[in-house]
Amino acid sequence: MLGVVKPKSKRGWRELEKRAPKLTENVKKVLLLHGTSTSSTVKGVLTDLYRLKRADGNAIKYTRKNENIRPFESGGESYLEHLSQKTDCSMFVFGSHSKKRQHNLVFGRMYDHHLYDLIEVGVEKFEPIVMFGGAKKYAPQEGSKPCLVFIGEGFEQEKELMHLKEILIDLLRGEVVDAINLGGLDRAFICVAEGNKVYFKHCAIRLKKSGTKVPRIELIEAGPSMELVVRRHCLPDEELKKKAMKVALKSSKPKVKNVSRDSLAGKVGRIYMPHQEVKNVSRGSLAGKVGKNYMPHQEV
Amino acid sequence: MDDQEGFLVDLGNLLVVDKRKAGLSPSLSKEEVTRECLARGEQALQVLAEKLFSIPSTPDKAGPIVQLPAPTLQLPREKPLPKPRPPTKWEIFAQRKGIKKRKRSKLEFDEQNQEWRRRYGYKRVRDEKDIPIIDAKPSDEIGTDPFANRSAQKKSRVAKEAKNQLENLKRAAKFGGKGALPSTIQLAATSLPITGTKETPRRINKKEIGFAAGLASSSTASGGKFDRKLEGEKQAKHVGKHRKFLPVVEGSGIGHQELQQSQRVLNKVLGASSNDILDINKAVNVLNVQDEKRAHKAKGDGKGKRKWTSKKRSIGKNKFRTK
Repeated sequence: MLGVVKPKSKRGWRELEKRAPKLTENVKKVLLLHGTSTSSTVKGVLTDLYRLKRADGNAIKYTRKNENIRPFESGGESYLEHLSQKTDCSMFVFGSHSKKRQHNLVFGRMYDHHLYDLIEVGVEKFEPIVMFGGAKKYAPQEGSKPCLVFIGEGFEQEKELMHLKEILIDLLRGEVVDAINLGGLDRAFICVAEGNKVYFKHCAIRLKKSGTKVPRIELIEAGPSMELVVRRHCLPDEELKKKAMKVALKSSKPKVKNVSRDSLAGKVGRIYMPHQEVKNVSRGSLAGKVGKNYMPHQEV
Repeated sequence: MDDQEGFLVDLGNLLVVDKRKAGLSPSLSKEEVTRECLARGEQALQVLAEKLFSIPSTPDKAGPIVQLPAPTLQLPREKPLPKPRPPTKWEIFAQRKGIKKRKRSKLEFDEQNQEWRRRYGYKRVRDEKDIPIIDAKPSDEIGTDPFANRSAQKKSRVAKEAKNQLENLKRAAKFGGKGALPSTIQLAATSLPITGTKETPRRINKKEIGFAAGLASSSTASGGKFDRKLEGEKQAKHVGKHRKFLPVVEGSGIGHQELQQSQRVLNKVLGASSNDILDINKAVNVLNVQDEKRAHKAKGDGKGKRKWTSKKRSIGKNKFRTK
């Protein structure tokens, strides 16, 4: 059609549909990147976070340094918003290192590709996945839905820790599902708040036999272990928050398929038979059942 | 969220929050801290597991499948809610007239080929290729190709349809807001709508013309007083107060009138009741109204009534006699 720009391939069409606003949204993608100066700690954290979220393409990691990113300054987030639009990422983790803010990570969220909220965190004592060997035998499967544990009264009382908790849940929870296989519970993220420090641990779950139906849970440390200190944070604007927290009114009646009414037969539904290979249906063994003169049916 | 001795459980998110104190003293070594964290984690996960395994489950090869409830903790969306597409010109017309969509069958019987064919697409019902003969009408001119005519007509119909579709998209882009166009379609640069409001030129009335003319005529060095006037043009009306100037010379010395004027002013300022000049109530009200206006502007347009929390200046102890 003249005057309209449409994607030239079906694949392009599908990609655009994926990025469109929906009632039930996709998992938030994370953009991991660093600024002009980083430390090996920060780079390690970004690598490990990438490994945790890599399944299903939920994480994008930029390896080069990016200039002019200052999330806490007005105007300094414009490049991040541009990248968010380009890569369709609604969360970002920006790492940097300076004398004033050592081993700095800024976790941020976007609403409609505009900055929603931020929290700045310092990393003290980082142990990467490679140091643990990934819990070897009990290593969690890539992309499995994790259990999230937050321990400490700080997570319910301190404003910054409450904000950090919300952002970590958003980052780590994965897809929202309506049914899970309890045998597949294999990873957990444990965050313990003590004072202003947060101990972050990633563990594999081992379900052990107990006398009852409920198994006994044993945790084996895998993956990254960090000690985080909250530095600054920026809560979302009230109006923006209201917009972002809007929930669509769900229609109470679910759509019923394959039901129609016929004036003669009344309520009618169709049975769809799968394709049957009649030739290959097993006839069973004929041993001991037929006589000497049996001639099997000849195919014409 | 479920409360069980300080544990908050959100099954939809597989989330447990242990509200009790962490109790990690700074004196502990790294291993002890890890052990304590894992121990507390196991405790919390046990609570979660008890809740999960108590949900009625359906058995499966790998393990029991369990229906999770909706998550309790609501997190912000990443994109705004999708807005319904604005109706097209036809849809508006159909709604107004009460025309309803009817469902057509997939196949139609083709009289010419005597078989059931698709309504559109490959081997369709009224394909142009299948028409062998077109009977000539008395209104037909000699030398015109009826087949070419038919294809030309079809082309014009298709072009009109495409134009209407484009107009609908343009209208949706202009008036529908941000999410009006489908995500897969963008308007080409040549068809982008012209943004900005177009003000309709208003008819100027007699009073306004007079006002404009008056402004123009008085914007001269002498205030329009000594300019040459047109035939029948009257002198412009004097707007505002007429100032009264006292005679400079009246007899000898300071004129009597000027003396009286000065005396009056002095009495007012230095007199015993000079404090009565200022009306406290009025002054306070003026200041309060100013404050309210400022606060109202700062808050912007608000829906519904708002409780005023502006601090009003109290008149306080009446030191002054009020009028």
